[in-house]
Amino acid sequence: MNPDWAWMRLLVPEGIVVVTALAALTCDLIITRRRLAWNRGQAAGLLSCLGCVAAIWWLAWRPGPGNPAMLALTPLTQFLKCLLLVLVGFTAIISMRAKFTRHVGEYFALLLLATVGMMLLISSNNLLMIFLALELLSLPLYILTAFNKSSIASAEGALKYFLFGSVAAAFTLFGISLVYGLTGEIDLDSIATHLRAQPAKPAFYAALIMILAGLSFKLAAAPFHFWAPDAYEGAPAPVAAFIASASKVAALFVLAKVLLIGFINQAGSAASGAYAPGWAPLLATLAVVSIGLGNLAALVQNNFKRLLAYSAIAHAGYGLLALLANPEQGLPALLFYIGAYGCAVLGAFAVVTVLEESGSRARLVDLAGLSRRSPLLAFCLLVFVLSLAGIPPLPGFFGKFYVFTATAGGLRPLGGLWLVVVAIIGSVVSLYYYLQALKQVYAAPPLPDCGQLAWSWSARLAISALCAIVIALGCAPNLLLSKICAAIQTSTL
Amino acid sequence: MNQFPFLTLLTLVPLVGGALVLAPGREHGKTVRFMALAIAFLVLALAAALSLFFDRTQNGMQFVERAAWAPSLGIQYHLGVDGLGLLMVLLSALVIPFALLSSSAPVANPRLYYSLFLFLEAGLFGTFTAQNFVHWFAFWELSLIPAFFLIKIWGGPRRTAAAVQFFVYTTAGSVAMLIAFVALYNATGSFEFSQIAETVRDGRLGRAALPIFLGVFLGFAVKTPLLPFHTWLPDAYAEAPTGVSMVLTGAMSKMGVYGFLRVLLPIFPEQMRALQTPLLGLAIATIVFSAAAAFSQNDLKRIVAYSSINHLGYCLLGIFVAVQWAEDSAASANEKAAALNGAMLQMFNHGITASALFYFVGLIEQRSGGSRDLHYFGGLRKAAPVFCGLMGITVFASLGLPGLSGFVGEFLIFKGAFALAPWAASVAALGLLLTAIFLLTILQRVFSGPLPENWRAWPDLTNAQRLTAGPIIALIFILGIYPRLLTDLVNPTALAILWPNL
Amino acid sequence: MIAWTIYISLAGAAGLLFVPAAKPCLARRTALLVALAGLVFAIVGVTMIPAGQLTDIVNAPWVPQLGIRFHLAADGISLVLVLLTGIAAVAGVLFSWNIEERANEFFALYFALIGGVYGVFLSFDLFLLFVFYELAIIPKYFLIVIWGSTRREYGAMKLALYSFGGSALVLIGLIAAYVVAGAKTFDLVELARHPFSPGFQTGAFLLVFVGFAVLAGLWPFHTWAPTGHVAAPTGASMLLAGVVMKLGAYGALRVAMTLFPAGLRAWRTEIAFLAVIGIVYGALAALAQRDFKFVIGYSSVSHMGFVLLGLATLRQIGLSGAVLQMFSHGVIAGLLFAVVGRMIYDRVHLRDLERLRPFQLNKALPFAAATFLLAGAASMGLPGFSGFIAELQVLLGAWQSFPTLTILAGAGIVVGAAYTLRALDKAFYAPDTAGPAERPALPPISLPERLGALTLLTATLAVGLFPNILLNLIQPALASPLMRPVWEGGAM
Repeated sequence: MNPDWAWMRLLVPEGIVVVTALAALTCDLIITRRRLAWNRGQAAGLLSCLGCVAAIWWLAWRPGPGNPAMLALTPLTQFLKCLLLVLVGFTAIISMRAKFTRHVGEYFALLLLATVGMMLLISSNNLLMIFLALELLSLPLYILTAFNKSSIASAEGALKYFLFGSVAAAFTLFGISLVYGLTGEIDLDSIATHLRAQPAKPAFYAALIMILAGLSFKLAAAPFHFWAPDAYEGAPAPVAAFIASASKVAALFVLAKVLLIGFINQAGSAASGAYAPGWAPLLATLAVVSIGLGNLAALVQNNFKRLLAYSAIAHAGYGLLALLANPEQGLPALLFYIGAYGCAVLGAFAVVTVLEESGSRARLVDLAGLSRRSPLLAFCLLVFVLSLAGIPPLPGFFGKFYVFTATAGGLRPLGGLWLVVVAIIGSVVSLYYYLQALKQVYAAPPLPDCGQLAWSWSARLAISALCAIVIALGCAPNLLLSKICAAIQTSTL
Repeated sequence: MNQFPFLTLLTLVPLVGGALVLAPGREHGKTVRFMALAIAFLVLALAAALSLFFDRTQNGMQFVERAAWAPSLGIQYHLGVDGLGLLMVLLSALVIPFALLSSSAPVANPRLYYSLFLFLEAGLFGTFTAQNFVHWFAFWELSLIPAFFLIKIWGGPRRTAAAVQFFVYTTAGSVAMLIAFVALYNATGSFEFSQIAETVRDGRLGRAALPIFLGVFLGFAVKTPLLPFHTWLPDAYAEAPTGVSMVLTGAMSKMGVYGFLRVLLPIFPEQMRALQTPLLGLAIATIVFSAAAAFSQNDLKRIVAYSSINHLGYCLLGIFVAVQWAEDSAASANEKAAALNGAMLQMFNHGITASALFYFVGLIEQRSGGSRDLHYFGGLRKAAPVFCGLMGITVFASLGLPGLSGFVGEFLIFKGAFALAPWAASVAALGLLLTAIFLLTILQRVFSGPLPENWRAWPDLTNAQRLTAGPIIALIFILGIYPRLLTDLVNPTALAILWPNL
Repeated sequence: MIAWTIYISLAGAAGLLFVPAAKPCLARRTALLVALAGLVFAIVGVTMIPAGQLTDIVNAPWVPQLGIRFHLAADGISLVLVLLTGIAAVAGVLFSWNIEERANEFFALYFALIGGVYGVFLSFDLFLLFVFYELAIIPKYFLIVIWGSTRREYGAMKLALYSFGGSALVLIGLIAAYVVAGAKTFDLVELARHPFSPGFQTGAFLLVFVGFAVLAGLWPFHTWAPTGHVAAPTGASMLLAGVVMKLGAYGALRVAMTLFPAGLRAWRTEIAFLAVIGIVYGALAALAQRDFKFVIGYSSVSHMGFVLLGLATLRQIGLSGAVLQMFSHGVIAGLLFAVVGRMIYDRVHLRDLERLRPFQLNKALPFAAATFLLAGAASMGLPGFSGFIAELQVLLGAWQSFPTLTILAGAGIVVGAAYTLRALDKAFYAPDTAGPAERPALPPISLPERLGALTLLTATLAVGLFPNILLNLIQPALASPLMRPVWEGGAM
């Protein structure tokens, strides 16, 4: 094959997704324009799903190692892309009956384009590429957040998201340019080599902080989280699901890559009694603030989506802990954790979607009596929320356990134990608000004016499948963990 | 050693009988009473058979039965009787049917009443035949429950408070004893009374001996009772129904004295010797104060209750003086044996006479429609001469008139006491005087003097009641005239307690 | 074979979710079958598995990357507690026979809890043990918040947070131990062999022991217990007091004390001290309560104090007493809560001791009176019931090291007699001031209640009269190579 076309072969999955996006748009504009909304949604959604499946198939069965200049295509990145596509596929299915917009085609197209951005983000090994992919991811998300034109909260959330995001993007770019100025490189491996040769100058730390700020924004880690509650609450539920699950996966992974490949030598240490300057103490601070703020603020929420937003902040904190561990243990822990978290939070927002489509809002009291209205939906929500809370035998528990174990043992033995203590305290606090939500579901009688639950067969299938996946991952974490470890081992991260 | 499990049977029959008595329907009160009486008399027959087969020449444990129960803890099922044990068994076997017969008026809830009585009897037998602490303690505690309920359900107006006080007080003493035995087990490795006694006498406890002694002492002091742990008794005896008071005073109070003889004296001779003066002081205080308190009572039952405390004080006096053997001279040996013999005799005789006294007081209460006030009565001798006669005999027996059973025991005690602790004996004699006064006061107030109008129709003893009281009165006479029946039984035990190494 | 207790309980829980909510009859019968099956498996296990050594039941790799295995095993101590769970489960189902609303969900949660409890007693991999331990928290919460009574939301949340907090402490300790031992394995036996440094043991022991002891009602972390027990429905409070509190004590024994014996030696005086405070405080508090269920709740705290005191004695006899007391109190607490909750409250809808007089319960419900009498006698530690031997052993073990505390514990027993009698008197035998005509009619005691009471009474009497049934399981287990280092050479 012509070597010039070889790189195209490596980008086939992204290409498939782009084609699907355009196809969905076209199909909606031309073919199904005059059908009913839900028909259009079904068509577009199915199309999107098919596209994701096709991309997954290509990634799983036709991978090709390669290292084109700015992208790294290793088994690990392929695996993560599969994971992301699964999450996106589920998001597409639950959006099928969305009532919040008439622009169905545009919706799915934007969703898939954001996915492309994520896939590129995961594969990028180059700071500039990372920035581009980040923007490709973020811009559709800003628009998607505002998609519910009949809701002021949607517009407000989107605006906040956009403003914060733009500033964060600016910071990131500034940091990247500082790094370039200091090292002369934008490729992560080269940066690492350069920094190994000579010690870091003070300006480097400024760059580090800025890049961290920018990436933490995407992650919704405190204190860069201010957009999250409003955006999650205002955005239509499927969009919030997407932001909470898929984009977080991507953001954490890219943070891991940047820090562990590019700046590996400037790690420093946050171990108790062995402080050394670097990005580790910064991450530790971010993690502690996220855990603390996320959990404490969630205690007083009475809107379920906002509650999930603050819990997302806390979960970002737990995820950051994994980066403070020894990379051998930390990386698998991180990946399992965010995989489990992604599935669970997607499921939770999927349930919220069903509620929103049935005409109610997403306050805690709207959850009342869900177990009476639909036992299956309530059970699925139970599973998702308990996984978020970290109750065995669900994967959320194992993920947290793995992260805590890795953090405690990393750096020097028991040096990270203080972080684990903080995280565990946060976990205990979080049980309170999760149980409050579940109490509404199971113990409170239904509100007198609640309507029938509009639960389409597609949503039923998707949510049940997600629930089954979560339970399976919890009882047999090895299913996912062995694949993660295999992928890491055969890659050169 | 007899292979026939007499002692197990002795305890088992009332236990099973108590369960059987619950079986008939609610309306068959008479059947239930008949069954209970039959079982009680069966047990009496068993006890009599036991005493026939008992060898009075030996001074060790007889009819021994042993089985392992929880060997890792040193808990054995170990039963046996010697003279003292047999004496107590006979006493209980006699008092229970007597008490059952006394409740001739139909009782509310007869099944429960009679079954509780039988369970109580089983508890008594279990305590008097046990040779292993845990077994003994089990029955000691278990006898509290029937007694508690008997007081609580069928008692007088203030029965709840009395029953609860009784239970909690006794439990407190028992727990102190339990902890002391926990310490003993830790030091000696055994729960067997005989083994503990040997080990402790060898001096293995060291400085812990005194606190342990005090713990065990507390348990028995509450039960007996000894001043100042006696406050539960007057209320309990007064509020209990007649039959229950009879058993309480006749048999249950002897559990405490039995404990002194079986447990405290053999295991802690040193400590009792060291504390003899305070102990004698307590015994004398018990004697004198209870007599004085009886004086100021108007309630007949309370008077008899205090007189119970008083008489048990004599038993304890006899036990405490028998401790002093630093000199170990032959003369004092005689006195000591006398004192112990007297104490044991007094246990038996007081059991009989006190329960008879409660019986008669119960009859008075019945006939007067519930009143027991001393000043309420007068001149009943004219209306019911037989009643007066029999009750008079009982009172005199309680007083210690020669020729009646009470005399021998008291005489022996004082014989020993005057020789071994003259000051104590003198003060105790004062108590004797006070006892005489208040007992005679009863006789005078109730039976002599003018007969009030409302009592003119006072019924005399019915035939059934004469038949019930008759044997007891006869026993009082027989034991008064021929005390050897008892002394033969208990003397070897007294000697064994005094000289265990013989 | 004995692992089937876990599997069938969890399967039963899942299956019961499919029983329609409109058919409580079917739900109850299914529940009873599942409970009986569990008990049968437990008894089979007790007869077949030797007590003196650790017998592996299942040992399969689970997450090899972390050294986690699905390792189930049993020795004598596990067998005793599994037997207790079986008995308590059957009795609990029988006493919950009157649940009409959402019976299927009730029993599903019930068996999820039971499955978790069986799992804890049989797990020998620390991760697996922790999974089952935490698994049991959520069903408890829902059982109380949906079917409970007094202040159920507060009681349920307090219970859940205290349990979760306790398990958080345990998690920290476990992770620390795992990391220090080389991050290779979570197996209990192997970690027990690892020589941890004394300094580490002191700290880790404190964390893990206190974490477990919170659930066992260690003073001053016991406050969840009275509130939670009162708020819970009868079947749940029977399980809570009867079995779940034993989870904490078992965890303290099997994990904290086995892994960190040096830590135990460092902290034993404080533990004994707190245990005795619990005994006395629990008893005094019970004496002062007006709500009948609170009396029983505080008495549970008092009895668990004996378990903890036994654990601190560092002698085989004391530990044997602690395990026996776990069994004994499990059965007795079940009985007491059954009488108060099911027999009295469900009929009278009152628990205030001062207001039960008009009902003349000893005449209206003689079976309840008799049951409470026997249960109260057992609770007081009277000989013939299982509590006596257990408390005797604890006292025997404690005397040598803590004589003063032993005496205080004895005082606690006396107060125990007092509050039991007070409750018995006020609830059942209050003097009848009104006549029988004024007495409200009450439904009689149903057959399931009688069966449940008989089951529990038989258990406590059998062990009381023939303690060797259980002592033959407990003592060889304590002498096994795994448990021996806990107490050997420890008494000072």
